[in-house]
Amino acid sequence: MRKLPLNTPTPAHSALGVVGTGVEHDSAWLHTSGQARYIDDLPAPEGLLHAAVGHSEQAHAWILELDLSRVHASPGVVAVITAADVPGHLDIGPVFPGDPVLAQDTVEHIGQPLFAVAATSHEAARKAARKAIVKYQPLEAVITVQDALEQQLFVRPGRRQQRGDPDQAIAGACHQLKGQQHIGGQEHFYLESQACLVEPTEDGGMFVHTSSQHPSEVQKLVAEVLGLPIHCVQAEVRRMGGGFGGKETQAAPLACVAALLARVTGCPVKYRLSRSDDMVQTGKRHDFFNTYHIGFDDSGLIKGADLMVAGRCGYSPDLSDAIVDRAMFHACNAYYLDQARVVGHRCKTHTVSNTAFRGFGGPQGMMIIEQAMDDIARHLGKDPLDIRKLNLFGPGRDVSHYGQTIEQQVLPELIAQLERSSAYRQRRQEIIALNARNPVLKRGLALTPVQFGISFTAKHLNQAGALVHIYTDGSIQVNHGGTEMGQGLYIKVAQVVATAFQVDVARVKVSATRTDKVPNTSPTAASSGSDLNGMAALDACEKILGGLTAFASSHWNVPEEHVRFHANQVHIGDHCLSWEDFIQTAYMHRISLSSSGFYATPKIHYDHDAGQGRPFLYYTNSAACSEVVVDTLTGEYRVLRTDILHDAGRSLNPAIDMGQIEGGFIQGMGWLTTEELVYSAEGRLLTTGPATYKIPAVSDCPPDLRVALLKDSPNHEATVFHSKAVGEPPFMLGISVWSALRDAVSSLSDYRFSPPLDTPATPERVLNAVTETRRWVNQQENGQ
Amino acid sequence: MIEFVLNGRAEKIDQADPNQSILEWLRTKKRLTGTKEGCGSGDCGACTVITGAPDNNGQIRYEAINSCITLIGSLQGKHLLTIEAFREQPAHPVQQSLMDCHGAQCGFCTPGIVMSLIALHSESAPGDADDHKLMEALAGNLCRCTGYRPIMEAGRQALVQSWQPGSDNHPARYLARADQADGLATADDTSMTSLEARNGNQYYAPATLPQLKRLLRAHPDARLIAGGTDLVLEITQQLKTLPKLISLERVRELNGCQLEENHLVVGAATPYRQFHSQLSGLWPAFDHLLERLGSLQVRNRGTLGGNIANASPIGDMPPALIALDATLELEGPEGARELPAEQFFKGYRQTDLQPGEFIHSIHIPVPEPNQRLFIYKVSKRLDDDISAVLGAFRLTLRNGVVQDCRLAYGGMAATPARARLTEAALLGKPWNQRSVEQAITALSDDFSPLTDVRASSAYRLQVAGNLLYRALLENSDLHHLDTPLMVTDYA
Repeated sequence: MRKLPLNTPTPAHSALGVVGTGVEHDSAWLHTSGQARYIDDLPAPEGLLHAAVGHSEQAHAWILELDLSRVHASPGVVAVITAADVPGHLDIGPVFPGDPVLAQDTVEHIGQPLFAVAATSHEAARKAARKAIVKYQPLEAVITVQDALEQQLFVRPGRRQQRGDPDQAIAGACHQLKGQQHIGGQEHFYLESQACLVEPTEDGGMFVHTSSQHPSEVQKLVAEVLGLPIHCVQAEVRRMGGGFGGKETQAAPLACVAALLARVTGCPVKYRLSRSDDMVQTGKRHDFFNTYHIGFDDSGLIKGADLMVAGRCGYSPDLSDAIVDRAMFHACNAYYLDQARVVGHRCKTHTVSNTAFRGFGGPQGMMIIEQAMDDIARHLGKDPLDIRKLNLFGPGRDVSHYGQTIEQQVLPELIAQLERSSAYRQRRQEIIALNARNPVLKRGLALTPVQFGISFTAKHLNQAGALVHIYTDGSIQVNHGGTEMGQGLYIKVAQVVATAFQVDVARVKVSATRTDKVPNTSPTAASSGSDLNGMAALDACEKILGGLTAFASSHWNVPEEHVRFHANQVHIGDHCLSWEDFIQTAYMHRISLSSSGFYATPKIHYDHDAGQGRPFLYYTNSAACSEVVVDTLTGEYRVLRTDILHDAGRSLNPAIDMGQIEGGFIQGMGWLTTEELVYSAEGRLLTTGPATYKIPAVSDCPPDLRVALLKDSPNHEATVFHSKAVGEPPFMLGISVWSALRDAVSSLSDYRFSPPLDTPATPERVLNAVTETRRWVNQQENGQ
Repeated sequence: MIEFVLNGRAEKIDQADPNQSILEWLRTKKRLTGTKEGCGSGDCGACTVITGAPDNNGQIRYEAINSCITLIGSLQGKHLLTIEAFREQPAHPVQQSLMDCHGAQCGFCTPGIVMSLIALHSESAPGDADDHKLMEALAGNLCRCTGYRPIMEAGRQALVQSWQPGSDNHPARYLARADQADGLATADDTSMTSLEARNGNQYYAPATLPQLKRLLRAHPDARLIAGGTDLVLEITQQLKTLPKLISLERVRELNGCQLEENHLVVGAATPYRQFHSQLSGLWPAFDHLLERLGSLQVRNRGTLGGNIANASPIGDMPPALIALDATLELEGPEGARELPAEQFFKGYRQTDLQPGEFIHSIHIPVPEPNQRLFIYKVSKRLDDDISAVLGAFRLTLRNGVVQDCRLAYGGMAATPARARLTEAALLGKPWNQRSVEQAITALSDDFSPLTDVRASSAYRLQVAGNLLYRALLENSDLHHLDTPLMVTDYA
């Protein structure tokens, strides 16, 4: 087949909406006019029933008795099922076992489903589910990371990555510092709570409409709980009302419950969670306890580092093995740690099983080294930005502690640009002057980088399929394994296809993701959606183009090199046909207008036992500079200005990418500031709704927000049109806000004291940092 | 039976469960699914719809409300507009700008955001809305995807454009010609309406005080509902059934706000939004507070009487009313009586209201010479959050000496309460740093606050004192006058 020059940028004067243009989201009008359908908006099929589950009120207990008579008798109830009614697999753990679809005889967290109800309305099901009488024999419950560490209670074995002899390097360095931090978890708070609609098919199978980032896993697990071959179950995802990782594994249990009820009743079943049930029953971002011990020289250059990251996994492994892995990979963030050890623990607690969330452990890992950077700076009396720049990966210092070479070093130049464009040095001086004048409000400034590895660290997930059809009128339909959760994947893939055929993007429609169109798909996660599915779609296009080109060449008798697709036309030697006429002609000559495509990420490998390898194809880089103002009377604060410079490679869609960057930054800021998950000592989540759990609202967005994409920075790897992944990396730009808050508080000590500031840095924690800083200053003054 | 207009078409509900929210009715009975449920508790705005009702001048006023916590009974005589009224071309400028600015990602919050912005657009002349108004309109609409910057940008673009819907049959035609509201109730409608379910659940909406009193006598077991922004959570969050409800919303005597001699008299059923400007005109400290009390959707429904009768220890208005020594006018079977606001709160969510009694109005004193009011709300988030601590201080200074002071707090005890020992420590003292620092030490004798999800006991005590110190800084020459002292000065 002829090699088509596809991996090159396209001239701007070609077809409309090709890659590189800021085309609007394909559902923009449907979204803004309320016509976009989510699961709960689908027309109700005949005989639809509604599901709810009754859940555990104990964090860890044996179930002595489960009396469901009052549930059965509740108005509208049609069926009630327990673990005993599961014909197939009871365990639906996504990677490792440990997640029973319904509890059998032991419960391991408050909110664990015990039984499920199908009733004639959503309300009737919810009311009935609360009526069970359960007798428990309470067992000892471990709730916090510390308790789990003390008791050495883990869901998976710990792992270690090591280079050289860090202990000796630390001991031999001029300066040593130790520190620790608690990093709070995070509720996804996708605006559309978890939902699915399951319809029995004529042959005993199920058709599942699900709001999931991983339809293939939903398909597989539904088949398994029903004891069916996978081909009996199909799953479809048109769109999600937000995912953020929270619908990677967490959507499947709902689909399994609904499918079990559908099987028992023979009726279609819808199962959607109320907000509070969603917050109680589904996993969240892992909270972490991290420590560092570092040695560095007088300039602030790190000579040795000993880092420990411990994540609260909850009661089962879920994806925690890979999540803590990523925390370990990113514990160095963008910095070269010469002699280094990183240890990661997967702590088992009797709380809901924590799960994927944008960044997938990476943010929690980065936090420890970013704290260390600030602490080194305070210790040496230097600007934290200088310490960060000094420790960046660079020539001769370009191999990470897990053995991957950082081949494309973007950050030195990117940070230099941002330092200039944000006027960091000038504002540093202005802030010192402003702080001296104001008795109450103190400003802080921080510029922090992000280096995020792109690829699933589970190698087999780095594959994707696609299916492209051209119809006889020249319109094109694309299906691929990726799911749309608002991130604009569909429009990006449509742009890839439009570019491949050199037609307007309006001719391309991406249809709902379905397991019977593209099978065995990976979750839409790890920022990989456009990298993987874009390439798979491109592969399909290249196959079709190969056939079309060969046809044109023979039909018009010109060399293949003289067949050119350009601006909705096909140029064949001296002939020029419109796209539609050409396609119609090809059809009449029985040329295939349809193909599947496939992609597997090259170059990646990793040895988990040795802790060495190349887990990532490449890295996405960015940096943010945030300025905050802190009220030293109450700990309240505002972010006044944030400048962001982000490397999206050769962006497929700059407008969509900007949306990811801004939205990711604000979400990361929320994680580190106001979003506080509060548990009782018994392990009960107390913040179960937006009244108590506060995600950023409109006035939390910095009034001055300046976001730019790094210019002229194509991906050196052969990714789709040399773009770079964009979903997760911006999340960690929120660290600049946390660091700026510490900077503002540190100003009270003339930047000599580095105040501890666990996250989320609520006003209360910020005020505590203020108090501690003042105490330190008093001690210094009294001591002198 | 209730009658109203839905997207330009007359609707009549003869028999329905009055415990139903507008959202549930729209989605399940009308199959209008453009309006979304994000939380079911009035905290996210995904369910935002617009209701229009005639004001005292007969002009239709359109407001954004949370349909998830508003019961269908409240629709009587109103025009309900949902996102379905905006499915036709030409797109409303708000919709067009949101598309142009990439203001929707997952799209789930978008219909609610569209409705909030259209409500603002409908009451703004092109160009007269600024960022402050935009943020006020959007503070109750959570978006998890965009980070809001493109939504603000879309708002700015849309609000400078005027709009006429395409045709006379356009379901949103009322918005374009707000004076022509055929089919809607008039302001002087005095007929009582009611709604009853097959299961016997009842809802009464009297229009006059005598009707209300008759109903209260006939149904001593009924719950009173005004805006319902808290009460309806019992239905949506606790899954309770409220079998008998009497709505105060339409009772004309309980609605309105006027200056009488030395008091501003606010009818108990007056939504916040309708007394906001008058109260802030008298006491400017309320301006900031009322912008941060709930969201605009909540303030369009929530009432002053509801906030008081609810008797939450973290309600925002009671501490301020106590600091001002406001008086409540109560009415009941035994007649009317007046009670200082302070004496109304008896214990955690317990009030002095007797069976059959209700709050008629609130009498708020006007400022006297040398009096100043400070109100500080402290919460995790600036927008639409509940106070961890709220301090309201009324100070009367003469020649630099504290002649009188009333220091009231929310979040510090089981009820909103005065810090009497702290007051005593300040009284007669010079208004300076030393006096305030000394007085603050008495706060721990006044209060032993709780630790809960919003804040710890220690934080509450520390902040309670610091807020008093802030009042000193604000009202003294201890700092440069041009220096901001609150982070909200930057909001």
